[in-house]
This record gives sequence, C-alpha cells and structure tokens, in this order.
Amino acid sequence: MKCVTGFFCWSAFMVMTFINVNAQSVGMVEIKGGAFVPLYGNDSVKVKVDDFFIDVFPITREEYLQFVKDNPYWQRSNAKKIFADGNYLINWYNDLHLNEDTPPQAPITNVSWFAAKRYCEIQGKRLPTMDEWEFVAMANEKLPDARTDSLYNQYILNWYETPKTFNQQIGSTFKNYWGVYDLHGLVWEWTLDFNSVLLSGESRKDVDNDRNLFCGSGSIGATDLMNYAAFMRYAFRGSIKANYSVKNLGFRCAKDK
Amino acid sequence: MKIKIYTSTLLLTFFVIGCTESSKKSELVNKDPSSIVVKGESVANLTAPPLVPDPVGTREATKLIVNMEILEEEGEMTDGVKYVYWTFGGSVPGSFIRTRVGDEVEFHLKNHPDNKLPHNIDLHAVTGPGGGATSSFVAPGHEKVFNFKVLNEGLYVYHCATAPVGMHIANGMYGLILVEPEGGLPPVDKEYYVMQGDFYTKGEYGEPGTQPFDMNKAVNEDADYVVFNGKVGSLTGDNAITAEVGETVRLYVGNGGPNLVSSFHVIGEIFDNVYIEGGNSINKNVQTTLVPAGGSAIVEFKVDVPGTFILVDHSIFRAFNKGALGMLKVEGPDNKTIYSGTVQEGIYLPEGTSNQEMPTQGNESAETGKANSIEESIELGRQIYIRTCFACHQSEGQGIPNAFPPLAKSDFLNANPNRAIGTVLNGLTGEIEVNGVKYNSIMTKQNLTDEEVANVLNYVYSQWGNNKTEVKPNSVKSIREATDH
Repeated sequence: MKCVTGFFCWSAFMVMTFINVNAQSVGMVEIKGGAFVPLYGNDSVKVKVDDFFIDVFPITREEYLQFVKDNPYWQRSNAKKIFADGNYLINWYNDLHLNEDTPPQAPITNVSWFAAKRYCEIQGKRLPTMDEWEFVAMANEKLPDARTDSLYNQYILNWYETPKTFNQQIGSTFKNYWGVYDLHGLVWEWTLDFNSVLLSGESRKDVDNDRNLFCGSGSIGATDLMNYAAFMRYAFRGSIKANYSVKNLGFRCAKDK
Repeated sequence: MKIKIYTSTLLLTFFVIGCTESSKKSELVNKDPSSIVVKGESVANLTAPPLVPDPVGTREATKLIVNMEILEEEGEMTDGVKYVYWTFGGSVPGSFIRTRVGDEVEFHLKNHPDNKLPHNIDLHAVTGPGGGATSSFVAPGHEKVFNFKVLNEGLYVYHCATAPVGMHIANGMYGLILVEPEGGLPPVDKEYYVMQGDFYTKGEYGEPGTQPFDMNKAVNEDADYVVFNGKVGSLTGDNAITAEVGETVRLYVGNGGPNLVSSFHVIGEIFDNVYIEGGNSINKNVQTTLVPAGGSAIVEFKVDVPGTFILVDHSIFRAFNKGALGMLKVEGPDNKTIYSGTVQEGIYLPEGTSNQEMPTQGNESAETGKANSIEESIELGRQIYIRTCFACHQSEGQGIPNAFPPLAKSDFLNANPNRAIGTVLNGLTGEIEVNGVKYNSIMTKQNLTDEEVANVLNYVYSQWGNNKTEVKPNSVKSIREATDH
C-alpha cells in the first residue's frame, strides 16, 4: 500500500509540475486559514489550518465521466478491486455511460478514496485534509464558525435523516460564509486523511479509549448538538476503507495557496 | 403414635421428591451451554411485529444464519405525520429473532446502499465485547458477518450502538431476540411481539407533515410520542392482536427507549406469569410490570372472557395522549360470573371541580385544516378523529360500554348538532343518555380550531349510520363566541 501511495505521489508531482505553469483556481475559492478546535481536540490544542483553495462545488457525475474517458484505468471494468471495490460506479449504465435516473449535475458518488485522490491529482489539486474540510464546513451562510448555532446543527441532523439526497444537483444547498456550496446536505465527502481519527464503531468504548474525542459529551445544550452532528460524520469516516465506494459519498478537491 | 408414623412417612416422601428434583435441576445447571454441540444449519425465520417465529420446540442446537438488513426509510408515525425511521429489517421494532440455548448464530448485518449512515448491532444476548457492536460496524452498501454462541436463555433487546447511540435508538433501531431453553418454553395458544419506544419530533404530537427528529427534546427526555410497535395505532382497530376465550396468551414485551421506562399493563387482565425482566424468575398474579429501557418482560395470561383488552403504558398520559395504546380483541362466549362486561378507564374528578382542558398546542394548527369541500373536510376530520377521539370513542365510533358513549348511530349526536359543537369546544361532564343507555363520564375540552371542529364533526356525522349533518366553521365560530366566558 505504501508503495502504491508513493507511486501516486510521485506521479502527482510530475503532473503538478506540468500543470502549475498555468495554475488557475477555476471553480475554487480561497479560504483564509486560522486555528480552530475540531471535535476530537480540546481548548488547549487548537489545530492550525494554512490558507488554501477549495472547490466551490463537489465534483459532478458529468465531470467524473470526462475523467474516466481521459483515464481508462479508472473506468469501471478496468479499476483494480484493491483500489475500488465492487460498488465502484455500480449504477452507471456501462463504463462510459451514466445511468439516467440521476442528473449528470448531481455529485459523483460510488467512488473510492484512491479514485477521488487520483482525480484531484490529475487536476493539479489534492483532496482536502480532514481539518481543512471541517474548517470550511463549520461555516453557515453568515459565520465562519457556526457550530454553536442550533439551527446550523439541526440543519445537518435533518440532512442525515433525509433519504436520497445524492440525487440532487450541485448547488442546491446553501452557500456558506466562504462561498462554498453543498458541504452539508447532498453527500458525504472524502478527505485525504479520512481515517486518521478512528472510531471503532463501538461508540461507548471510544469514550474510554479516547476521551479527547468525546470532550463535550458530558455537557448539554448547543455543545451536545454540535458534537452529535460531527460525531456522525466522524463515525461515517470510521466505517469506511479507502477502496470503498458508497452511494452517499463523493468528494471535492483542494489546493495549497 | 399413628400420627408420628404418618409424619415421618410424609417427611420421607418430601425428602425423596426433593432429592430427585434437585438432582434433576443440577443436571441441567451442570450442562455448560458453551459445550452444547450444534447439529446442522438453518436460516432463521425472522418476523415483523406483532408476529413471532415458530417456537424452537424440541429441536437440537444448530448453526443459525440470521440475515438482517438495515433500512432508513420514511414511515407514518400517526395519520398525516411522517417520520424517517432507521430500522432493522424494515420494521420498528426490528425483526424478531428466535433461538435456543447452544445455537451458534452466524449474523449477517447488511447496510442498504441507499442508507446514509454506518450502523452496527449490540445484542444483549451476546457474551462478548459490545454485544457484537465492534465487529458489526458497517458502512452503507456493505455487509459484516460475526458469530456468537447463545449461552443464556431469556428475552433480550438488541439495538444499534453507533454514535450518537441515542439518536439511532430514538429513530427505531431496536428489537428483541429470544433465547429459549432446551426443549423450548411451555407451549401457549397465542404469542405476540410488542415493543415500546419513545419518539422526539420537531412538531408537537399530531402536527402534520414530515417531522424531523428533535435532539434537544430527546436530551431533555420530553417525548412527543410514546408508542407500541413504532407508531400510533400499530395495535389498534384492524391491527389489534386477537385471541379466543380460554386461550393462553404470551406477550414478548420489550422497551427500546431511548429514555422512558414502561409501566406495562393490560386493562382488564392480570398477568398469570411474568418472567421478570425477561429472565428465569417468574412472578405470579401481576397487574403492571416495569419494563426498563433496553430491557424486556415475558407476560402470560389466560383470557377467560370476550372483549377488548387495552394494552397501555400505565404511566397513563402516555397511553391516552402520546399513543402508548394497543388492543387485544378476544372473541368467544361470555362468562358473566367472571366478568360482567365493564371496562372503566376514566378521569377522577372530586365534586365541584370544573371541566378539564387540554393544553393549547400553539397556533400552528390554525393554518392547517382548511377544507375546500365536504369530502376534504371529512378526510381532514378523519385524521383529527384518529389523533384525538379514537382512544375513547373507538375506531367504529362504538365507544366503550359504560365508560364512553358511542358516536355510531347516536341519537344524542344526531338530535342536536349545535350541542355536539359545544361539546367538542367546551367538554362535557355529567349524566347523559345515548341510545337508551346512561353515561356519567367526562369529556375534556378539545383545543381545536373552528375548521378542525367542523372537520371532525363532519367526519363523525358522515360515518356509522349518522345523519350526514354538515357543520360549517362559521357555526362553530358563533357557538364558540356565545359560550366563551
């Protein structure tokens, strides 16, 4: 696995040197970095995020179709099972035709981490880190950090309970403080280090194992709600592996400034 | 002397009986369940409530394959109120699993690809870390398999234990797994599966539309719905469970919670046997048994007389105001010696106190319920009837003898629509005569809008042989103004 990642990094490097010549951040916005306390942190340990660019929208099915046309290695019948499991693009009509019951402008899902990572690298980008993603996603329309806002949290919880949101087009949820759409409301998104915080799935055991992760679990009110919304995201990340392809999981790309 | 000899013989007899009994018992106790050898392999038959799979009977311990699919899907909490349930096997509570001591279960947990969340399962019948939760954590579109040997007999709860645990349970992720002893439980005539749960919705009880889960209410343990088998009315009317006079009924009762402890009671019955907390200890002649959240009880009773027996959580406002009400309909010949036919479930008022009032539910309902036609009014009225009137006046307007008067073919109702409007608006206390029978009961004042009162009366007047009077919201308004003080 290490060697594979190494190969990707190397090839990504080659691609990037080539693309950087006319590096434009088309479809991206700049995020001013800062320090914040993620779910798994505590007040004394803030996480610092540098300035970076991130895609305004998740990658669409249409865009991904173009990617597999240009990169036959990632077509469904060619993709190696260790990089993309049996659910990879499973609903497509065939290697090069989208199924018609979901709009082409809906986010691409049923893609593995390996595939998503490669897609971004070929664009001269990369997947956002989990901290970067969480940093951008804690904003609502008005505030860069809306995590204590009960409406913001209720919105996320409601989304978790709404079936079949993967069928909706990109841009159909709110535009946040940074000008980024659809972080909550359509699909989950891969991050570069999605499994760096491990939930075992036995959530009660995790309380003992890693109390930092559950720092707010004893308190009530907004903090609790905030944790609940985030818990589920971390729990989801904890349940997946890099070759999994999931119907409610897509991605977007990021880039260093 | 004679007496002495007699006594010693008796003692000896006792001794002999006691001896055989205890050796028999120790033989059973000594049989280590973990050493029971399994024979063959079969796929478990799972059932949705209120049904349970066939008893294990005398079958040997086997390798039992359980296929459980997790589905997140929209259902109906009560008429007009939608809710997104998370389910084991497509029902709330989840599919009933029936095993016997010594079985080796191969558990397949499948998370449907359309689902948004990872899930797992903690079965209280499992001896092992997390009750299986750690080994069964499964992403959408995937399947996990784990094995366990069933060691302890009893009735056990299973539930999802993925963060946030409370929310997964509150959305319906719980069910029961029964572990029968070798040779099975004693046979009975009827067996049913009843499981209580509390639900927390953004809107108050009965507020129409799709209602999302409300985390704050759940944290505050302020339930909007407390129901049997996942929704209001899952065990009433046509869905009632049934038995014949003379039969013995066994209910497998569970409580998924997430918060509330149930005071499980069947109005008009006494439990002959209660397997306390679903274990081996049997209590006799029990009126109400506590079923803890995440716990169970098995209750058995013989039904001696016909009639409708009402299952309630005897924390009684939950039954009549939040939905925790079910029915067991028993058919067969009367036995007047045992039972004269009276069920009374009323509100006690010391003399001189005034009519009771239902709490106001805000003005949201004022916006809904405007009907454009008499047909629409009747349909809207039906929903209000099921929410508000059904518990006392019953599904066919038949009422409950000696407690709540009938609305079907009711001379009292048909004679005077204005009086009917006034009754819904202001309640009614004291003796009245309906179809030749005297009732002395209390109807609470209902907080409904003018439209809602008209709708529900239009429904009642259109049903069960009534005279199809049409009530207009304006008439309700003028009677409200005339009687308001």
